[in-house]
Amino acid sequence: MNCRSEVLEVSVEGRQVDEAMLALVHTILLHRSTGKFHYKKEGTYSIGTVGTQDIDCDFIDFSFVRVSSDELDRVIRKAVGEFKDLCCALQDAMGNGTDGMGQISLEFYQKKKSRWPFSDECIPWEVWSIKVNVVNLANEQERQICREKVGEKLGEKVINIVEVINRHEYLPKMPTQSEVDNVFDTSLKDVQPYLYKITFQITDTLGTSVSTTMRRLIKDTLAL
Amino acid sequence: MDSDLSPQDKKDLDKFIKFFALKTVQVIVQARLGEKICTRSSSSPTGSDWFNLAIKDIPEVTHEAKKALAGQLPGIGRSMCVEISLKTSEGDSMELETWCLEMNEKCDKDIKVSYTVYNRLSLLLKSLLAITRVTPAYKLSRKQGHDYVILYRIYFGEVQLTGLGEGFQTVRVGVVGTPVGTITLSCAYRTNLAFMSTRQFERTAPIMGIIIDHFVERPFGNMGHMHPCNYRAPAEEEGGYTGVEDSQEVCTTSFSTSPPSQCVSALSTAHLKSLKPAVMDTLKVPVMSLGFSHQMGIPGKEGGVPQQVPVQPCHAAQAEHARASSCLPNDHVPAVPSGSGEDAEASSRSTDGKSVSPRDVMETTFTRKVGAFVNKPGTQVTTASLDLPFAAFAPRAYDIEENDPMVQPPESPATSSPLQGSLHSQGSGESGVPAQDDFVMVDFKPAFSKDDLLPMDLGTFYREFQNPPQLASLTIDVSSQSMAEDLDSLPEKLAVYEKNIDEFDAFVDTLQ
Repeated sequence: MNCRSEVLEVSVEGRQVDEAMLALVHTILLHRSTGKFHYKKEGTYSIGTVGTQDIDCDFIDFSFVRVSSDELDRVIRKAVGEFKDLCCALQDAMGNGTDGMGQISLEFYQKKKSRWPFSDECIPWEVWSIKVNVVNLANEQERQICREKVGEKLGEKVINIVEVINRHEYLPKMPTQSEVDNVFDTSLKDVQPYLYKITFQITDTLGTSVSTTMRRLIKDTLAL
Repeated sequence: MDSDLSPQDKKDLDKFIKFFALKTVQVIVQARLGEKICTRSSSSPTGSDWFNLAIKDIPEVTHEAKKALAGQLPGIGRSMCVEISLKTSEGDSMELETWCLEMNEKCDKDIKVSYTVYNRLSLLLKSLLAITRVTPAYKLSRKQGHDYVILYRIYFGEVQLTGLGEGFQTVRVGVVGTPVGTITLSCAYRTNLAFMSTRQFERTAPIMGIIIDHFVERPFGNMGHMHPCNYRAPAEEEGGYTGVEDSQEVCTTSFSTSPPSQCVSALSTAHLKSLKPAVMDTLKVPVMSLGFSHQMGIPGKEGGVPQQVPVQPCHAAQAEHARASSCLPNDHVPAVPSGSGEDAEASSRSTDGKSVSPRDVMETTFTRKVGAFVNKPGTQVTTASLDLPFAAFAPRAYDIEENDPMVQPPESPATSSPLQGSLHSQGSGESGVPAQDDFVMVDFKPAFSKDDLLPMDLGTFYREFQNPPQLASLTIDVSSQSMAEDLDSLPEKLAVYEKNIDEFDAFVDTLQ
């Protein structure tokens, strides 16, 4: 079984990074979360209810729907915040006027138990890569235009996400009670998303990763 | 695998399609109410949440949907459509989008009804939730209020897209294959809003934060089958009125992880007499949809104008307070941006923090409410005919209101924008009208209002002066001219300096 991979690309201004990422990640998670499973006898289970919440963006002319779960929102915000901090740190290191590029990956996986001494395998079945191009804008007029443009772009991305999801391609089979933790993240109180992990990578405009850039900077400093 | 559905599967599938259609309508209409929707997740299944999603049921919307379906189900050649349109206060209307729930002949015989179809329908509803926030009508619906309202219409049968104008776009929300056909959900939306830009904004554009209320006597005289997308939910104590209507069927979703042949899906029918929806928001009741048809018949009452104000979410207030209160717009009803003169009845109701009960709602529709900037009915005043933005609030309106015992002095609304606050203070000073009685303002000239000296509004002023022209002294022509002159005079200057070279050397020596 091959892992399904989808790439989304957006160009945003520095202060829009948070909200743009939240909008897209939450839209994906809305479709990849179910209510809590309650297993009963005879191998049946019932599913809890997922609530939804409208969120308005402050720096983008855009609104999106997310799952009503403060716990999940906290986790996502923390991850997106770290990504944004890295993006900003790179921009500061490179100086003003440099555009930066980063990529957030939202990976849905299944755990496969292995025998000792091997650890459990994580087999991804769907990976969403969101490439972010951070631009610098000169004046308020450009920012206003950017607000609207990014809003439209995010709308297009939401339509893309929905299109992919509604192809109804591979989804993990509904697990038995003993296997549920291999498929779903059961740590939250109110909802149950599929097991996922968020990773990110930052690059500068030349396409080299941050680690390479930092290494070069340090070398140059020491060379003086 | 049997090619025909078992009777139980057929029954389940029909039920799924029926409730999917009803939930689809709810999602679409609620997305056009103009407010942010917020429902709570629940880890234990309540049994009434179809497709495991917390989607509230507005009774009137369900009623309209069932009326349109008339006992039938969406099927091949029988589509269910929800048409969203915009109607201005002047009576012009425009279709914005049409959502279509269709079915085609492509069948998926092997699919499991009670499990796969159900889950895919749930996924499709989530996609619908996401897509309804993305089409252009969403932003328009969030800003509905005095200038225009959003209406919906449900019909069954052939899809009609001619009202969407040229160049309309289509977005497909999703498809779900079933053994009897493939369900498709899509939206066709208008892209050409030219009518809006030429007609809607011909008159003076409102200054930021202020919304001019100049309803004519019968703003929605020909509503017909259209229904406004603005509701106030009944108070939650009114158990009999809220949530699920009496004969709604309950779905208890129970799935099996054992092989398909043993799949158990328990669906039970229950009569729910009262059910308190576990929601965090309070949507607004169908005030005007019930009230308009009645209000039309009483033109004789002086000063009484059907007032959309208490029902509408407040735009300026929303912009300011949206972050703070994402789920409870009711608290801000007194601070409606028009600074409306809601009578004390409405104000006190709102300050309770509760939404209006249906009984009160029905009473409200028969109570005259006079907004601050509302014209006396019968006189059709348009701002296009007047220079000043607030010239509509003629002294004669004030006289009538002063004599009108029904008009209570409204509370001073919380300032929803700084300009708003300054409006009131200046208005009371200049016009001589005591601020406590009402908010009629006369001869008011706020900064950047229409003026003979500088005829532009704040927005135009800002845009014009944001990019000032270059200073004359920094233009290229001037600098290039002077440089040419400099170059020409260089040889002469050099000759002079060479002549006086001794003097310069002596000067340099003194410095050392």
